[in-house]
Formats: sequence, structure tokens, C-alpha cells
Amino acid sequence: MRRVLLWLPLVLFAGLFGLVALGLFKPADRTVRSAMVDKPLPDFVLPAMLPTKPGVARTSFGGGKPRLINVFASWCVPCIAEAPELMKLKAAGVPIDGVAINDTPEAVQKFLDRNGDPYQRIGNDKTSQVQIALGSSGVPETFLIDGRGRIVRQYVSNLQSDQVDDILKAWRGME
Amino acid sequence: MKFSKRHAGLVPASNERQASCVEPKGLRLRRVGPRHRAGVTAVLGLMLAAITPALAQQAPLADTQLSDPAQEAQAKALMETIRCVECQGQAIADSNADIAGNMRSLIRERIKAGESPEQVRAWLIQRYGDYISYDPPLGGATWPLWAAPFVLLVIGIAIARSSFRRKR
Repeated sequence: MRRVLLWLPLVLFAGLFGLVALGLFKPADRTVRSAMVDKPLPDFVLPAMLPTKPGVARTSFGGGKPRLINVFASWCVPCIAEAPELMKLKAAGVPIDGVAINDTPEAVQKFLDRNGDPYQRIGNDKTSQVQIALGSSGVPETFLIDGRGRIVRQYVSNLQSDQVDDILKAWRGME
Repeated sequence: MKFSKRHAGLVPASNERQASCVEPKGLRLRRVGPRHRAGVTAVLGLMLAAITPALAQQAPLADTQLSDPAQEAQAKALMETIRCVECQGQAIADSNADIAGNMRSLIRERIKAGESPEQVRAWLIQRYGDYISYDPPLGGATWPLWAAPFVLLVIGIAIARSSFRRKR
């Protein structure tokens, strides 16, 4: 018994060492996910960002048709990388509404001229109030809203092409 | 093009994170600023240039105290226990990230409108999960945190008793 106990501290140390090493080589996923997924979209009204497009409000969702909300900003680099993916979704007929964070109409217009315009509506969320209400932690993020106005999925960071396929499949299934 | 998973607060045109997590922009300029006069003026000018747009972008109550001191104290105490979702080790009271400022503003607005701090905390937890709060609730996953000190104490007493017992 004593003999075995003698080795216990070393075993404990090796275990702790292994745990720390694992944390070093496989860092934890620090992505902040929204707790609003599978919950109804909260009530909100955002004024229009551009004179050419209407703003975004809770009442635009849940009319029996699924829609996407894309939280973006003209100053966000991954949003540029995401633009072609959103254009693909637009081409496939998916309606997308934009929520522009901390932005100006001129900058948004320039951004759309350069990277394409996938949005049917763009709401001006100057102070992130709707972003926070959605449980979003940064830009870009995309939310899929079903025909009953529930948040079905959240995609953090710029959309990848496999995620676009995923959205298309889910959207076609809901329509 | 594929960007890293971390998306919050990237510096435009680079993959670096925003300096906002570190310290106020003005402060850094002040520390490295030269001592002679022209330098001071230049640094002051730079500071103003750096600060003005930042102020223009902030939510109204991000850095403005409420006029009622009791409400402000409540809001401040709550801010110290809400995690910043961008600079994840910091409370929003300490963080310079835009979204932290916007959350401070939101908290002040809600407290001003008469909500209790715990109502606001519950609202935020509903959006981001328990993760957002530095005051973890007692629940299925967290009860060992509360139980561990007592369990360790009992083990300690048992060890002490066995070591102090007279050898026969």
C-alpha cells in the first residue's frame, strides 16, 4: 500500500501536466454563441440605413417565409470575405436583411458598391442594441429565422461555402 | 479567403485584433510622447484626432454617468460583473471595446427606466447564457464550486486528525 502511495504525487503531477499540455495544443473554443437560438425573435424596430431601402423590424419576420438576418459593418474585413457567399444566397432566392453596426449611410453605400448588395432591407443599429438583443457578439454573424419568426440557427464569423449549402438546405426545407 | 474563427473587433485591413482590448488610445500616445513643446502639441492634436471619432461613435450612456447617484451605483456594480464578449477576460466596466460601451449604455438605460440590476442581468443571460455573468448561479453544473470548499475542509480535518492521533 505504502509503495503505491509513494507514486501517487508523480501520477497526479503527470495528470496535471497532461491537462495543461492539452490546453496548450488544443485551445478551447472561445466563440460566444447566442442563447437566443430556438427562441422567438425579440421585438425591435431599426430605422433605414439607406434612403433606397427600408429598415428592419420584428414585423418583417414570421410571415410564413424564412429569412436571414446578417449582422455586418462596412468597417469589418471578414464581412468583405463573406460578401460573395451572401451573393450566392441572394442568387438562390434567399431573402437577406442586413443589420449594420456602428456605421454611416455613405460608408455602407460604398461597401455595397464594392462588394455587391445582397440585402432587401438594411437597418441602422448604431449602438448595437439589436445586436445585443440577438445575442450576437461581433460582426459578421448570420441568423436564420423561420416562417414563424423563430431564430433557428446562428452562424458566427464570415460564412463559408459549406455553411451556405447548409443554409440553402434548411431554407428550402422550411419554405 | 478564409479568416480565423475569431471575428470580433478586427483592425480594418489586417487580421490583428483591435487595440481596444488593451488600453485607451489616448493613454498610449501620452506615455510615449516627447517632452518638448512642439511634440506635446502634436501629441495633443493626435490625441484629439484619436478621441473625437471614438466619442462620436459611442452609445449615449457608454461613458456618461446617470444623474441619480443611487441608480449609477447600481449600474456600475452590475457592469463590474458582466463579461465583455469581445475582450473575454474583462468586465464591460473595464473594457474599451465598442460592444462593451454599448452594453454599458444599455445597462444604464434600463436601470434608468426602473429595471432592477438582477432583471437586467437575467435579460443578458437570456441572450448570451450564464457565460455573460461573472456571478455564476447555483445550478446543476456549478454546485461543485460551492461544495468543494466544504468537502476539502472535511478531508483536511480527517488528515489532521489522523496525523495528530497518538501512535500506539
